[in-house]
Amino acid sequence: MSEPQPRLDEIRRLIAAHKRWDLFFALLGLLALMIGVLAFVALFGQMVVDGLPRLSPDFFTSFPSRKPEQAGILSAWVGSTLVMLVTAATAVPLGVGAGIYLEEYAPKNWMTDLIEINVTNLAGVPSIVYGLLALGLFVYGFGLGQSIATAGLTLGLLILPVVIVATREAIRSIPAAIREGSYALGATKWQTTSHHILPYSLPGIMTGVIIGMARAIGETAPVITIGALTFIAFVPPAPVKAEAPFVSFEWLFSPFTVMPIQMFNWTSRPEAAFHHNAAAAGLVLVVMTLSMNAIAIFIRYRLRKKIKW
Amino acid sequence: MVGVSLREVGAPNAATVLAPTKKSESRNLSFYYGSFQALKSISMPIYEKQVTALIGPSGCGKSTFLRCFNRMHDLYPGNRYEGQIMLYPDNTNLLSPEVDPIEVRMRISMVFQKPNPFPKSIYENVAYGLRVRGVTRRAIIDEKVEEALRSAALWDEVKQRLNDLAFNLSGGQQQRLCIARALATDPEILLFDEPTSALDPIATASIEQLITDLKARVTILIVTHNMQQAARVSDYTAYMYLGELIEFDATDTIFIKPKNKETEDYITGRFG
Repeated sequence: MSEPQPRLDEIRRLIAAHKRWDLFFALLGLLALMIGVLAFVALFGQMVVDGLPRLSPDFFTSFPSRKPEQAGILSAWVGSTLVMLVTAATAVPLGVGAGIYLEEYAPKNWMTDLIEINVTNLAGVPSIVYGLLALGLFVYGFGLGQSIATAGLTLGLLILPVVIVATREAIRSIPAAIREGSYALGATKWQTTSHHILPYSLPGIMTGVIIGMARAIGETAPVITIGALTFIAFVPPAPVKAEAPFVSFEWLFSPFTVMPIQMFNWTSRPEAAFHHNAAAAGLVLVVMTLSMNAIAIFIRYRLRKKIKW
Repeated sequence: MVGVSLREVGAPNAATVLAPTKKSESRNLSFYYGSFQALKSISMPIYEKQVTALIGPSGCGKSTFLRCFNRMHDLYPGNRYEGQIMLYPDNTNLLSPEVDPIEVRMRISMVFQKPNPFPKSIYENVAYGLRVRGVTRRAIIDEKVEEALRSAALWDEVKQRLNDLAFNLSGGQQQRLCIARALATDPEILLFDEPTSALDPIATASIEQLITDLKARVTILIVTHNMQQAARVSDYTAYMYLGELIEFDATDTIFIKPKNKETEDYITGRFG
């Protein structure tokens, strides 16, 4: 009691020493973060500098060409869009169906556990392996050839685990009381699923689907494996026709190229002008991916706001 | 530990009610969560158009018992019933494997501990039970929705905004909405699982008033953790402890002159 001052001084010295470590680790963490962020900014910046001057309406409406200043990404973005359509049409029903089955219907036994482990592992399989599977199964086995259908099915399988996991997590976030409320009124499993579980988990499912698609649109390896051509100077046949039956699925079996393959092709050319084309295509691809992610965030935010458990 | 002095309740307290008829009855009902026995051979009647309260300390099995009446336990694996729950006048054993739990739930409605409206409109919440039954005629649904909301004393508050999201209602209103939802399909028994535990005192009072009003048209079984509530709303009370039925009698008898020492200790707050 008589001499508090020296003790207080000592405590303060101790705290100051401890706080130096706080500062040290904060700086270390910031540095680690900056390395990642700066690397991305530098890469993206370089791409913008190289590619932006090439971006013009013509770039989107021209086919690839031997003359770099005339070359464009028409066949690539049309190909990517069509492949994504098939991917979504494959992955959404299969993934959502599988997710619902696993959450709502599957008995809890070792078989289900085994399936769950498999689904999780599927997400970790290298994408080139999906390419090999598709080459054997879709290209030769089903005779679909090196077509948009093959690519769409392959990428659909690739993002299937993402969709399944997103579906299951969205379903799990629905409180048990809501499910019980429905059953207590005499609803069957399917009534409960279709009237409640599915609508309420839709925002989560859509988010998962879009994030999966954003991954699929940038995939290169499996698409090369199934033999996407790199030089395509035509677009697939239109899905709508003037004469009956007005819809045509010929485009499904058309050869194609996609954005990352077009980029890869241009990057491997020796002329610098083609590298600028590659940067411009990369820029378009990154913007496509980022806007898909933005849509996912928007959906999550907007639709979730309505449902507060 | 218990040498159950379960009194045979052939003729309950004649002062309060004159010979009520049995709407339902549990006979030697035991229930198991996996290998854990949560209910031990419970036998008691549920009288028609009366309010029966289940009281007892946490974990005594009162909610488990309640949830046997609409086969809610069937939703989860590993649960097992033994014994019977008879529903009268048709003498159906609700627990019989031949009886579809969905059929049971269409006859017996339930109101949960926390208000659990669906994230749909007020109207659609009340209409849901009818939709499940395949009713599609708008006029019929309109009529039933209004009737149910009136019975739940909610109509005047929501008639102007039936298409609003149910989440926009207050907690007490949400719980009355859930009661309306349960009433819309004219259940034979209405189960309440601690319906006011998530509500403030004013909302609680309105729910209690509602329960008292509703017994004119439906048999009610209510779980409550609040003994005053049991005393206020119920005609019969069952005291449960560790999965056993310790005492069942007219509420007045249970609260004024319980036969069993344990019941008395719990009622008077010496235990629990």
